[in-house]
Amino acid sequence: MVNNNPVSDLLRTDRMPHIWCSGCGLGTTVNCFVRAAAGCGLPPDQITVVSGIGCTGRVAGYLKLDSFHTTHGRPIPFATGLKLANPRLKVVVYSGDGDLFAIGGNHFIHAARRNMDMTVICVNNFTYGMTGGQVTPTTPTGAIASTAPYGNTEDPFNLPYLADSAGAVYVARWTTFHVRQATKAMKEAIQKKGFSFVELVSPCPTLYGRRNRMGDGLDMMEGYKENSTIRNGADTRDVGMDISGKIVCGKFVDRERPSFLEQYNTRLAARLGPSYKNYEGVL
Amino acid sequence: MVTINPDMCKGCGICIRFCPAGVLEFSDEFNSKGYHPPRAVRPEACTGCDLCGIYCPDFAIFGILLKTVA
Ligand code: SF4
Ligand code: SF4
Ligand code: SF4
Repeated sequence: MVNNNPVSDLLRTDRMPHIWCSGCGLGTTVNCFVRAAAGCGLPPDQITVVSGIGCTGRVAGYLKLDSFHTTHGRPIPFATGLKLANPRLKVVVYSGDGDLFAIGGNHFIHAARRNMDMTVICVNNFTYGMTGGQVTPTTPTGAIASTAPYGNTEDPFNLPYLADSAGAVYVARWTTFHVRQATKAMKEAIQKKGFSFVELVSPCPTLYGRRNRMGDGLDMMEGYKENSTIRNGADTRDVGMDISGKIVCGKFVDRERPSFLEQYNTRLAARLGPSYKNYEGVL
Repeated sequence: MVTINPDMCKGCGICIRFCPAGVLEFSDEFNSKGYHPPRAVRPEACTGCDLCGIYCPDFAIFGILLKTVA
């Protein structure tokens, strides 16, 4: 008899059961992530996870990896500091749509522009779960939220398009229904050099699904199954989501661009000649 | 072979719905938190694919290939 879940090696099982609601997709994303981390070929002590604030921000506390729960919106600058102090680390930012694209939106575009060598995983559940279901930058127009009782009047971000335009070298989107593909995408993103971005569409039945008559977590998963299409290589301009619930999934971008540190070292070596020693961290 | 840790379960039903072999059903029993965990009603049909294990948001269930165990 095998009692231990094989993924528990990378989980802080002493802190479980976790705080997430029944049917919340966050646990499923973590389930995929630990499989990606275990299969990416890096020893666990070389992978560091940084989360911001919110329901997704809790991920860092449940992983048995070096992990940091930072301030609201700031996991990317924190991760940038970690990466530059110790470039041998693989730094993964794991946070939600509100934390990464509202409070921390500016950090996201600049880390992508610089091609900072890190992976950003955004669990997009279209709302602020922890604080009561407010509108976020990804809430579809027309969706009901605690701050939009008559329906959201704003247009949402199309995250893959934003990441693509800002310069990310790897961009993919999957839902929590697509567990195998999501696991593979996170593994590829971890292995990719440069700024990689994975959006995971995930149910928040408690504060988004319920208000928008989408049912419980299982119903929302059924919705993903019915309403998603896979279009690898799709033009990211065409993958925006709206209230219809249609979701285009796939790997949209996979390209090469020198990373921040590569560009930095190349330029300084060219300017300063043989006296310049490549910057390889302070540790 | 599928292993269930009933006390970790929050009764979402996702493993039951997406098991490709129809192995699982809700149990009539309550767990310590008051949820109905799944139980294996057709254990012989389990392929060990571990899809339930990847889907479960609460790490409460997993499948394993018996060959791997032995
Ligand atoms: S509020 Fe929403 S996102 Fe937060 S744990 Fe509950 S279902 Fe998940
Ligand atoms: S997926 Fe997990 S939490 Fe949901 S019913 Fe199955 S065992 Fe329970
Ligand atoms: S391992 Fe596969 S076949 Fe067995 S119960 Fe889980 S999902 Fe069903």
